[in-house]
Amino acid sequence: MTKSSATSDWVLFIAFAAAVLTMPIWLAPFGANYPDLMQKFAIFGVFAIGFNILFGLTGYLSFGHAAFLGVGSYTAVWSFKLLTMNVLPAVLFSIVVAGLFAFLIGFISLRRSGIYFSILTLAFAQMSYNLAYSVLTPITNGETGLQLSLSDARVLDAMAGISTGRSLPSTSLFGVKMSGLPGFYFCAVVLIIGFFIALRITRSPFGTMLRGIKSNQTRMSYTGLNTRPYLIWAFVISGMYAGLAGSLLAVTDPLAGAERMQWTASGEVVLMTILGGAGTLLGPVLGAALIKYFENIFSAFNQGTLNQIFDALPDGLQNIVVEVVSLFVGDGWHLTLGLLFMITVIFLPGGIMEGMRRIGGLFTRKKPQPTSSSTTAVVDPS
Amino acid sequence: MDALILQLLNGLDKGGAYALIALGLTLVFGTLGVVNFAHGAIFMIGAFCAVTLRKILTISTQVRDESITLFEAYKEVPILEAKYPVVGSIIVDYSVPLAIIAAIPVMLALGLLMERGLIRHFYKRPHADQILVTFGLAIICQEIIRHYFGANPIPQAAPAIVAGSANIGAFLGLGDNVVYPWWRLIYLLFSFIVIAGVFAFLQFTTFGMVVRAGMQDREMVGLLGIDIQRRFTIVFGLASVVAGLAGVMYTPILPPDYHMGMDFLVLSFVVVVVGGMGSLGGAVLAGFLLGILQSFASMNEIKSIVPGIDQIIIYLVAVVVLLVRPRGLMGRKGVMED
Repeated sequence: MTKSSATSDWVLFIAFAAAVLTMPIWLAPFGANYPDLMQKFAIFGVFAIGFNILFGLTGYLSFGHAAFLGVGSYTAVWSFKLLTMNVLPAVLFSIVVAGLFAFLIGFISLRRSGIYFSILTLAFAQMSYNLAYSVLTPITNGETGLQLSLSDARVLDAMAGISTGRSLPSTSLFGVKMSGLPGFYFCAVVLIIGFFIALRITRSPFGTMLRGIKSNQTRMSYTGLNTRPYLIWAFVISGMYAGLAGSLLAVTDPLAGAERMQWTASGEVVLMTILGGAGTLLGPVLGAALIKYFENIFSAFNQGTLNQIFDALPDGLQNIVVEVVSLFVGDGWHLTLGLLFMITVIFLPGGIMEGMRRIGGLFTRKKPQPTSSSTTAVVDPS
Repeated sequence: MDALILQLLNGLDKGGAYALIALGLTLVFGTLGVVNFAHGAIFMIGAFCAVTLRKILTISTQVRDESITLFEAYKEVPILEAKYPVVGSIIVDYSVPLAIIAAIPVMLALGLLMERGLIRHFYKRPHADQILVTFGLAIICQEIIRHYFGANPIPQAAPAIVAGSANIGAFLGLGDNVVYPWWRLIYLLFSFIVIAGVFAFLQFTTFGMVVRAGMQDREMVGLLGIDIQRRFTIVFGLASVVAGLAGVMYTPILPPDYHMGMDFLVLSFVVVVVGGMGSLGGAVLAGFLLGILQSFASMNEIKSIVPGIDQIIIYLVAVVVLLVRPRGLMGRKGVMED
């Protein structure tokens, strides 16, 4: 039993790695194979995987994960500014700083569970967002956002004798510039590593413990187990993933702004996770990719393109249709997001993975659940 | 001293808004057991009721401008004012108070619709699902408002007669330095009246008694043959009316924009947590308390000692309260403990 599941895990992992690395090829028919978008797939995949470790395994719904993303971004940009344009230190620092930050917030928030926890994390994220905009301006550069500049110190680069000349340097991994396809491959490798770690965590006794907390925390404590350290660790790990995602955002585009920490961003990662399927391994990545893909497509539409699309319709009808559809695209993309959110929660709480399982169940067995229709069975004896 | 009084009033004003929203949140928690993340959106929609009413009242027409005699000039004048010069301009001037009357049925209908159409199906679902679905609803409300009203704040004027400031200093005998906008005073009075009204309604009417009984033991009330579900639906409508009216009255103080709801919601949730989940009195108390604290923290004297304290004071208080009194200031045992 354990042996076969271990084998299937390796199969899953290798298939996942192969699928991620060959993205530039198989995404071509969807028109989504350009590096910028694929980088986003990978980065938000990391973010969602991390979020899933907390929400999917323990059931604790955090509404403040964007704060860790923002902290990761700021840390990475500071590392670029002060130390070196090499991405590895930036990524490492981001993970550490986001982890510490998550420990601080988790330590307090995890004193409560359920709604209280959600509200507390939301409050902390809003607090960080407010601070980033106001008092912490020397660190965050306020509304302008933190950017590279020619006068940055870059101590390590200076010691190594790398001079950037008159133009702004770009992020690199030992000389390989982290933009375009190399940038994507870097993010992809990070995603695969992140996925592997998440897989190991899920299968480990620690992961089992977390799932036990989700199904019945009281019973877990009755067995004499102190659940708090486990929860804090889960929170810190998922905060580290968020910090990692934030640093990757900075790697592919070295600037950081406070809007990354807003509650809408926290909501987005929640949506990614539940859309894909909370508690599953592949679901969050799938959800993240889908949302970023749709965002990319939907926000590109404007009135002009819509009029072109619905040109075949009669004039009056065309205006109405364009008016209605324009609500959902372009600037109105968030409306679609909200709608998607509600539809997923109402009709498919298990997300896409649950949906696929159901569809799969339809094909493998004739009657997966006898509860569904006992009356039809009477009517139709075949 | 003068500055202290002004900040106290500011805090009470802010606290009034927090208390009104938190009151509605607590009512919905206590009765339906549902966490409503869309409650801030209701507040925002209330504010936009006022904006819409003003827009309708000031639908304009072109009228010959008599003051220019050299050539034929036209100016835009609201139809109402053009047709009934005296009454029309008064109505336009009083658009915000009038919006209260218009908002009550709108918000009630919205609340009932929301409860019947969506919230009802989520009683048995986990809290996480309730949070998520109302969160999605909040995004939708917000985006629809943004689509029709734009992203910029839309300033609303208070009626001209109360547009100025009241000389409170002279009234209290503190000199002429303490002046405060009339409308903010009216808002304060209004929030007191609404809060008192809600409490009186729950305390002194049969309906309120049944609702309170239902909050204590829903099953028992149901067994007594009372359709508690219907009452709770009405309570939801009531909560949304309270939030909506708070929004309407707040428009002259803070020009409404599409994300004001979420800004207030986060703080109101903190207020509810500090006050104690499920405790109406706690929500009101914590609302005013945190409002006052916030406005004192934004005084320059305090900001110079602890920079940025005004941004985080509420959250800090919430953290301290949760660590020291996990149930909040007035929370009861066994109410929404999980």
